[in-house]
Amino acid sequence: MYSIRLWSVRHARGMNAFYRVFEGVVRRLHGLFLAIGYERVERPVAAVETAVKGLLFDCRMCGQCVLSSTGMSCPMNCPKTLRNGPCGGVRADGNCEVKPHMRCVWVEAYRGSQRIPGGVEAMRQIQFAVDQRQQGRSSWLRVVRELNAERMPTPPAKSGAA
Amino acid sequence: MKFEDEPVPGYPLPILPGHTSPGRFERVLRAGGFAVTTELAPPDSADPEDVYKRARVFDGYVDAINATDGSGANCHMSSIAVCALLTRVGYAPIMQISCRDKNRIAIQGDVLGGAAMGVCNMLCLTGDGVQAGDHPQAKPVFDLDCVSLLEIARELRDQHRFQSGRKITFAPRVFFGAAENPSALPHDWRAQRLAKKVAAGAQFIQTQYCYDLTRLRAFMEQVESLELIGKVFVLVGVGPLRSAKTAEWMRKNVPGMNVPDALITRLAGAQDQAREGRNICIELIESIREIRGVSGVHIMAYRQEESVAEIVDRSRVLKGRKPWYPERDAPIVSHRTAS
Repeated sequence: MYSIRLWSVRHARGMNAFYRVFEGVVRRLHGLFLAIGYERVERPVAAVETAVKGLLFDCRMCGQCVLSSTGMSCPMNCPKTLRNGPCGGVRADGNCEVKPHMRCVWVEAYRGSQRIPGGVEAMRQIQFAVDQRQQGRSSWLRVVRELNAERMPTPPAKSGAA
Repeated sequence: MKFEDEPVPGYPLPILPGHTSPGRFERVLRAGGFAVTTELAPPDSADPEDVYKRARVFDGYVDAINATDGSGANCHMSSIAVCALLTRVGYAPIMQISCRDKNRIAIQGDVLGGAAMGVCNMLCLTGDGVQAGDHPQAKPVFDLDCVSLLEIARELRDQHRFQSGRKITFAPRVFFGAAENPSALPHDWRAQRLAKKVAAGAQFIQTQYCYDLTRLRAFMEQVESLELIGKVFVLVGVGPLRSAKTAEWMRKNVPGMNVPDALITRLAGAQDQAREGRNICIELIESIREIRGVSGVHIMAYRQEESVAEIVDRSRVLKGRKPWYPERDAPIVSHRTAS
């Protein structure tokens, strides 16, 4: 919901701190997920993730969450789905070029990122093009898998999820 | 400046050390020249002559011509086709690539295709939203954004591979650029965004119209403090305002456009508003060229393209330099053959 989404950005610092704790807990469930099978838990976990993040961030389930790098403002709510910062069309009042009644997702992101320690630096990282195949899949499970596979020669996650 | 090996239309120039393209535009910038670029509005027509007519207006006044890619989300002849026509006769076009209408498969194909047809400069843009144009019912694509597009384009050129990792046999030799809007919010973030684009592969930047010099100066100071000067060539966007009324309209309807009230009042008070608009533009150019780190101006004169010549002349921005155009050296050639 729009108003909750704005609230989440205002509380980006707390949101981020909570997520760090949450990530620490979930990553310990790697063994359990492995035992049940990641593909089997995918649907229920994705459903919970959709509900929680949908409520808090208007999450679009791109499957490659970058909320920690965007001040807790979901970039997929940008009508141009920009993932590397605002376009040049932001209105003088800070609203969106395409949707004049909506706050620019990136103006909000910049505010939110200033509230998170290291948030602005995180926003400076280049985000690669979205892998459209991940749409609808759980970012949490992907992060847990990647964190636990860190010793393996796979590329690390580009940035923190939420 | 003049290069001794200036082009035979359709033939690429040799690539100098430290250059990435065989084009004149990159040469002018890297040689330290103050470059002038402009914008060609692609015709609503399938007649190539309509493109050449629009290009000839700029002969001798600009170093490169941007071919817009459905600017303002309006339908016109495609950017790649305009560029292909222009390179046939030797012009130096800047092919604009917008992420609005094509996915990464189509865009990578266009980068290869454009380069194959002699396009040496490409400008990677996000693109205006479809709501701004004449087809608001169209599906916006935005598979990439300008930063990921720059990165993919640079990989094509430097790593010789598509985003998929598949190898290409002959890499596009292109000078890549991006846009920036120093006047848009959040102001503090704009220079950092530029840094991001440079890190992703932007070699030159063309900005949105800058009528607010205070803002532009603050932006360039930030650019300097991020140590970007020398890593990227910044061309500042300017343009003549036709009247106070058009200025008001543009401020309201052109995404990201910012015109200070003082300029509108000045225009409204003038007897010949169009002339006053050109005067303002010339004054802006004179101030902009003094700003540290600025490598040129990008003159956008939509529907008053013929005024570009006057603006360039009166602002003396080229300092007597005559950029190449198809007929420029014709008299010299005939003289040589006569002797």
